[in-house]
Amino acid sequence: MAVVEAVNLGMVYPDGTRALKKVSFSVEDGESCAIIGPSGCGKTTLLFIFSGLLRPTEGCALIEGKEIVAPPKKAALILQNYGLFPWKTVIENVALGLQIRGMKAKDAKNTVKPILSKLGLEGFENHYPKQLSGGMQQRVAFARALAIKPKIMLMDEPFSSLDALSREKLQNFLLELWMKERLTMLLVTHSIEEAVFLGRQIVVLSPRPGKVVKIIENPMAGSVEYRNMEEYFEKCREVRKSVGATW
Amino acid sequence: MQGSEEKRWSYLVAGAVILAVWQVLAYFVESPALPPPYIVLHSFISQLNKIAVHMLISAYRVIYSILLALSLAIPIGLSCHEKSVDRFVAPFLYLLYPIPHIVLLPLIILLFGIGDLSKIALIGMIVFFQILVTTRDAARNVDSYYVYSLLSLGASKKDVYKHVVLPASLPKILTALRISVGTAIAVLFFAESFATTAGLGYLIMMAWSKADYVSLYAGIVAMALLGFSLYIALEAVEKRLCRWV
Ligand SMILES: Nc1ncnc2c1ncn2[C@@H]1O[C@H](COP(=O)(O)OP(=O)(O)OP(=O)(O)O)[C@@H](O)[C@H]1O
Ligand SMILES: [Mg+2]
Repeated sequence: MAVVEAVNLGMVYPDGTRALKKVSFSVEDGESCAIIGPSGCGKTTLLFIFSGLLRPTEGCALIEGKEIVAPPKKAALILQNYGLFPWKTVIENVALGLQIRGMKAKDAKNTVKPILSKLGLEGFENHYPKQLSGGMQQRVAFARALAIKPKIMLMDEPFSSLDALSREKLQNFLLELWMKERLTMLLVTHSIEEAVFLGRQIVVLSPRPGKVVKIIENPMAGSVEYRNMEEYFEKCREVRKSVGATW
Repeated sequence: MQGSEEKRWSYLVAGAVILAVWQVLAYFVESPALPPPYIVLHSFISQLNKIAVHMLISAYRVIYSILLALSLAIPIGLSCHEKSVDRFVAPFLYLLYPIPHIVLLPLIILLFGIGDLSKIALIGMIVFFQILVTTRDAARNVDSYYVYSLLSLGASKKDVYKHVVLPASLPKILTALRISVGTAIAVLFFAESFATTAGLGYLIMMAWSKADYVSLYAGIVAMALLGFSLYIALEAVEKRLCRWV
């Protein structure tokens, strides 16, 4: 069953800017999908629609077959630039989702402690985001998303402001997480390599207004070794070609 | 800790410099209207009991007014984050804020009599507008990025105020508060200079009318101390609430 589905999705902002036009695709349960497109083509807009933060002006966005009318409880969103609150400590940021879902602040903090240590953030519970490196902030954002035990992860360029080394590490982490938990992932990126490494389906968007140029199947994705395989490079070339034709 | 040690020193040095300048001025002006600091200090200590009582009354008035102003200005200002509320509040603010509120004194006395209440109302009103203007600006300018980030967690409107609008606005509110403390003390002096028999303002005016300049300066020193302690208290609050800045 399609867990995440866009049907002829279109978005025109109140000021008349058209961000998306007739976008259709669907992601099956436990699958991963990378959305790739040039800057300003409407990728964030698309994720905001799936997070229930924006209503599309045309078509509809579905989660598990139901139209999205409010932020879906099963989905966690990781925003571009992490979306952490500078006035909350690491542990407060991570526990916030549970707290909003009705858990007492203290219980929420105890609940998320194992997640923090899993992500190597032990000892930084009481730091503020700005006291952390970019890679650590990104891990806090992951911890915050994972704390609510989501079935669906929506990610907006989660690795774009990291150095190459931390990026690769976190990509591997995400891939392993996905394989273990069988999450449904929707990942927005403007990196061809990232899309091919993480997305078993790659949706290529045109420049604004974003339209689906091509949907590329990428069934080999799903293992850390893929990065060094000939098929991976071949797939990157294929994506680059369909991207190059339009960007 | 080294920072606070350094800070203590810099305060001591600044205090010493002010006293030295005062002393030098007093020496050259050579007028009873500017007694040297040690004489004032002596008078301050010998009248300490009396001064302390007046100081407490003044402190009560000014702190009460500030708390009253805050308890009204912060909720109203923060709710201006909502465009529909702001559309309603903004015209009132623009029409009422530019009035020098001190001229409303006759009205305030008419409404609240000549007791403490009218003094508190006057100071409170002036501080209220200062805090309201800043809080409203801060609440309107909260980055919607943070609001979205919170809403994506399934937050309600109440959560948005609690976890985003209030904490994001707090540093600006506290800065406004610091400026307001200065204003509040100035208005306090004005409000205590008539129709009262208590407070530092009264003490200063009495000393002035009796040409008792030494007591006059003792009163001024007490007023400065009152302002200084409010600043220190405020700084402690800021350190506690805005550690992230
Ligand atoms: N609130 C808004 N009102 C009007 N136009 C908007 C709004 N938000 C975004 N846009 C416009 O919609 C288009 C798509 O924006 P969006 O942020 O979705 O792009 P993006 O693909 O995420 O870009 P980037 O890669 O730079 O993050 C852009 O042209 C942008 O200027
Ligand atoms: Mg974007």
